[in-house]
Amino acid sequence: MSNHEYTPSSKFGKWFNDRLPLLTLGKHLTDYPTPKNLNYWWTFGGILTFCLITQIVTGLILAMHYVAHADLAFGSVEHIMRNVNYGWLIRYTHANGASMFFLAVYIHIFRSLYYGSYKSPREIIWILGMIIYILMMAAAFMGYVLPWGQMSFWGATVITNLFSAIPLIGESIVTWLWGGYSVDNPTLTRFFSLHYLIPFLILGLVVLHIWALHVPGNNNPIGIDLKKPSKDTVPFHPYIVIKDLFALLIFLIIFAFFVFYSPNILGHADNYIEANPMVTPAHIVPEWYLLPFYAILRSVPDKLLGVIAMFGALFILVILPWLDTSRTRSAIFRPLYKQFYWFLVADVLILGYVGAMPAEGIYLLVARVATAYYFAHFLIILPVLSRKEKVLDVPLSITEPVLGGSVSASALRQKKDKL
Amino acid sequence: MSEKKVKRREFIFTATYAVGAVGVGATIWPLIDQMNPDASVKALASTEVDISNVERGQSITVLWRGKPVFIRRRTEEEISKAKEVDLKDLKHPERDEDRAKNPEWLVMLGVCTHLGCVPLGDTGEYGGWFCPCHGSHYDTSGRIRKGPAPTNMEVPKYEFVNNNIIKIG
Amino acid sequence: MKRFLIIFFFLISINLIHPFSFAAEKAAKPMSPGWSFKGFFGTFDRASLQRGYQVYTEVCASCHSMKHLSYRNLSQPGGPEFSEDQVKIIASQFEVRDGPNDDGEMFDRPGRPSDNFVSPYANDKEATAANGGAYPPDMSVLVKARMGGADYIYSLLLGYEEPPEGISLDDGVYYNKYMAGNKIKMSNPLSEGIVEYADGTKATEEQMAKDVTTFLSWTAEPHLEERHKIGFRAIVYLIIITILVYFSMKKIWSRVESEI
Repeated sequence: MSNHEYTPSSKFGKWFNDRLPLLTLGKHLTDYPTPKNLNYWWTFGGILTFCLITQIVTGLILAMHYVAHADLAFGSVEHIMRNVNYGWLIRYTHANGASMFFLAVYIHIFRSLYYGSYKSPREIIWILGMIIYILMMAAAFMGYVLPWGQMSFWGATVITNLFSAIPLIGESIVTWLWGGYSVDNPTLTRFFSLHYLIPFLILGLVVLHIWALHVPGNNNPIGIDLKKPSKDTVPFHPYIVIKDLFALLIFLIIFAFFVFYSPNILGHADNYIEANPMVTPAHIVPEWYLLPFYAILRSVPDKLLGVIAMFGALFILVILPWLDTSRTRSAIFRPLYKQFYWFLVADVLILGYVGAMPAEGIYLLVARVATAYYFAHFLIILPVLSRKEKVLDVPLSITEPVLGGSVSASALRQKKDKL
Repeated sequence: MSEKKVKRREFIFTATYAVGAVGVGATIWPLIDQMNPDASVKALASTEVDISNVERGQSITVLWRGKPVFIRRRTEEEISKAKEVDLKDLKHPERDEDRAKNPEWLVMLGVCTHLGCVPLGDTGEYGGWFCPCHGSHYDTSGRIRKGPAPTNMEVPKYEFVNNNIIKIG
Repeated sequence: MKRFLIIFFFLISINLIHPFSFAAEKAAKPMSPGWSFKGFFGTFDRASLQRGYQVYTEVCASCHSMKHLSYRNLSQPGGPEFSEDQVKIIASQFEVRDGPNDDGEMFDRPGRPSDNFVSPYANDKEATAANGGAYPPDMSVLVKARMGGADYIYSLLLGYEEPPEGISLDDGVYYNKYMAGNKIKMSNPLSEGIVEYADGTKATEEQMAKDVTTFLSWTAEPHLEERHKIGFRAIVYLIIITILVYFSMKKIWSRVESEI
């Protein structure tokens, strides 16, 4: 992991550490040199770790009271809400926790896009992160099925039917996924089993994600390589720990507002109606965090192509480090990329909005344009920008930011002077 | 750095730790309390049993809070045997009068106080119950006489609603 | 730092607006009589809950089940808070199917507080058949199961009108301006004086609609008062610890030359 040697001071510590170098690991984690100019957008790694642990702990508890059976699931959730001590608090934390998890992960991803954190030498970190993100969506989707409300049931029906788009074997795959000829009890029980499993897979991937991060070290807002440790870095503990904690607490204030004062605002009312295979709700919408992909799916008039577009939208993110080959990482020094970055943000927000609207008329048109732009951003704009864009001069270090006479670099110096 | 400044720094850290510890505690409590009996379990506190068909020398077993309750209509012989015992001979001295308010009826949790098995009736060296798990012998009043169990079988709260019905709990 | 905070608190304000309201089938915008249980310190009006329970049992319960509630809930804190003796009497008025007894037979007995609310029909199919093919939904979480929540239920109860010209209604279908599509299979359940309130409150349609909606809001969210109370404490606590951590952070970072 790291090559600095560490010898514990106590005799027992040394004995233990020679056999299992946990103390070396701890020392590495606390001393880990971190760029001192990380801004608050860098605190979301810590926040996400917190979210994962919260989901695992509350989920573990809910599983003690939940019954995975088509006839009993809805009632068992009501039992949790009404009878179990603090059951309402734990369930609302888990349900809103999923939304907060995605909010944080989107900020985390868009931070990476802005500051070019996915670029060499951090491609593996980025790909691991994308796998985590895809697993998160799978876990969230299956979790939403468990209360066995109308949205659970019909969401499960619609999403599993995506696989029927696969030529020849599609129908067999869907039947296999269901364990029957429709979404029913076998589907519910396997979703429960997988919903329980996935968070632990994510946990393992998070360990790898952090491991891969600790090899090159953090990127930073200026996007330059740093000498470590140096006067450009601070040890992780206490500097980054306390800063992450502060950001986490602000995050928790928002979290608490949702849990205690609007616990159902991010969910859909129809999910408080018990699943009924005979009646489809008027509007089937996934949870908000899946809406952009849902919009892409619906914007393509062909079933198979729609599914391909949706999964393609995810896959394109995985290969992003090879689409954007510009060697300048941070958008601060890429004036054109910065513009297009904000266009992409707007595009994804628009996709999310039209994903929640009925797929007809103007909404469908907007969805198509936004989908096309999404792919154009990654497949056309980024490769062209990487070659043609004239980037600004990049400083050599955080403490001595000026190399040339560029605007933003001198602005950086002015900021420094004020301190 | 002046001494005052150092003190203030220590104060803010101490305060943060202290307030943080309170918050962690308050957060953990719901996570622990959720495993306690929930409101629906607590509500099932009592059950009513019809005893009109039980003959002398017979016993019935009913379920209360998930545990068996022995209701035995004792014979005169059993009652006198239970009453004759010298309290000094008992591991857990209790008078029979205190265990069976109406001496004809003995109501107790059919759970061995050793490790929770259900003892067998009409057997054992003292003519009462015998726990097959680890060999505890109980007398006709359900008191421990021999074996590893530490205390007598527990008498739950109960009352006679009328001559035919006992309400347990 | 500043921008970070602005964006964060913008997110809190999402709580105040509903993000996705659908332009569903034509229906009037629901009205709100003003609910005591909304807001940071919102609590239920006990007297209204008790009256609402009366409206539910005397009017709604003949068709609508409420299977996730137990009679004991009526005495729990934060609810109508009937006394335990009152709840025993309420429960004993219902016949509960129990068994099997020692002879292997099912039998009826008077209800106990621990029993769930007795449903008016044996199963959903019977309920549907008895109501002209329209299943009367279970009312346990009805307020949470409808977009618009309490406002919608309240408005619906008062939204019966003569159909405008050009709209013809089949038998057993009624016109309601708050219902999606305006057609509803439930006849107007409330009429003035249909219940007689024990506390002397005049049983106008508005009063009954408000009371029963309050009651249904409680059945959907029985721990609402506790949630508001704990929530307020939690947020005050979080603000205090955030301030403490902020100053600790300032102290720690004062050791290095950098911007926080």
